Amino acid sequence: MTKEDIKQIVLDIIADIAPDEDLSAVKAEVRLRDQLSLDSMDFLDIVMELRKKHGIEVPEADYVQLASLDSCADYLLPKFLAKK
Amino acid sequence: MSSQSRIVITGVGLTAPNGNSLQEFRANLLVGKARIAEIDVRHMGKQPAGVCDFDATKWQKRKEIRNGTRVGSISIYCAREALIDSGIAWEQIDKSRVGVYLGITEHGNVETENEIHNISQFGNDTKYWTHHHNPRTVANNPAGEVTMNLGITGPHYTIGAACAAGNAGLIQAAQMLQLGEVDLAFAGGVSESIHTFGIFAGFKNQGALGSHPDPTKASRPFDKNRNGIVISEGGAIYTLERLEDALRRGAKILGEIAGWCINSDATDAVLPNPQRQAECVRFALQRSGLKPQDITIVSTHATATALGDIQECVALREVFQNCPNTYINNTKSYIGHCMGAAGALELAGNLPSFADGWVHPTINIEEIDPECALPGLVVNKPHQANEVNAILNNSFGMLGINSALIVKKYGVA
Repeated sequence: MTKEDIKQIVLDIIADIAPDEDLSAVKAEVRLRDQLSLDSMDFLDIVMELRKKHGIEVPEADYVQLASLDSCADYLLPKFLAKK
Repeated sequence: MSSQSRIVITGVGLTAPNGNSLQEFRANLLVGKARIAEIDVRHMGKQPAGVCDFDATKWQKRKEIRNGTRVGSISIYCAREALIDSGIAWEQIDKSRVGVYLGITEHGNVETENEIHNISQFGNDTKYWTHHHNPRTVANNPAGEVTMNLGITGPHYTIGAACAAGNAGLIQAAQMLQLGEVDLAFAGGVSESIHTFGIFAGFKNQGALGSHPDPTKASRPFDKNRNGIVISEGGAIYTLERLEDALRRGAKILGEIAGWCINSDATDAVLPNPQRQAECVRFALQRSGLKPQDITIVSTHATATALGDIQECVALREVFQNCPNTYINNTKSYIGHCMGAAGALELAGNLPSFADGWVHPTINIEEIDPECALPGLVVNKPHQANEVNAILNNSFGMLGINSALIVKKYGVA
């Protein structure tokens, strides 16, 4: 499991919950909300899909960590590794 | 009614199991084409049901479809199509003066059942329950989704009226237009009921769920061997305006809302009361200033249950004695029972008769039930009535709610 794997997992979730979005040029360092049409309910969907598909819990206080693909990778990688 | 308060229909958008436009729907009614599928119902297996195949992506983004409800998509499709049909210059309309009034039989069952099933896959842990549940299940959902899609800032709500709801939506809109609360209304009825197993199971255990080896023959009101309701989804939404507004913009007028009544049986939760139904029709006639003889088409509610069909026939026999030029039909024989959409769709199927004079038949009758052999019942083949001047649209529902809506040809005194 690498940070690139985590970014792909998050992108796959976004592709599912925001199917109209073009994800081909998403910049990892830029806030997702600044480059995609995502609202707070969409971020709750990301949290829910991480929980349902991967057994990963993101406490509400940590939602800010999901701002960009890079921050998702930094925050989620230890959680995924801890599951192994 | 004074000319100030006359309300007219200026557009219609619909999706029915056998048509996604009034033209397609009407054409299929006149050639006797039913369309009922067999679907896999959760916990129950294959059941006959009326399924709509409109393209929801025509008017919604895929994310909107995902986050919203099936009935929201039905409502948006119908409202958008009605708007186009009306010819209204939408960009010039004051959106705060537009209202959305949609009849529903029930709402929220689909999403609730889905979420109960969803969390059952996770040990019934409610942390897996979707945060979309509440916006999807609030009772105003379908009307609210229309306002968000069209940018309407006037009032919106649904009218819960069991299977009388399609008429109830139109009646509410007519009243709001007469009160001057809005200048334009989107009104009708909608349903997503085929996506909830509960409604199938409820009717099944009530002995009221229709079946037939050929699903297109499962819905057969007035037939001696009818055995119950075929559940369907669908929607029909109209644009309604005050007559003077419609005339001012040169709108085509599909019909005039002439009279209506909603009343209550106050007797039984499921068994209809023909005395109250007859009263409902008579009050609607009284409001319209028409006599029974003035009604050319009676669009019946009959759902193909053993007793319900007979009860409606008792009511109609009482009101429409000595009416040789009144014809009676039923649209559920083609599309099943579209629940909250039923009344609105059934009216739509008959509206073109003002222009072409044809009365579509009730189909699937192999042997008429003698108790349902009403004079004027149009059976299996369409009837050319030459001139259709007024339609009575019956819609009745559980808990004894009755609705009768009379629409007359515009320009007929």
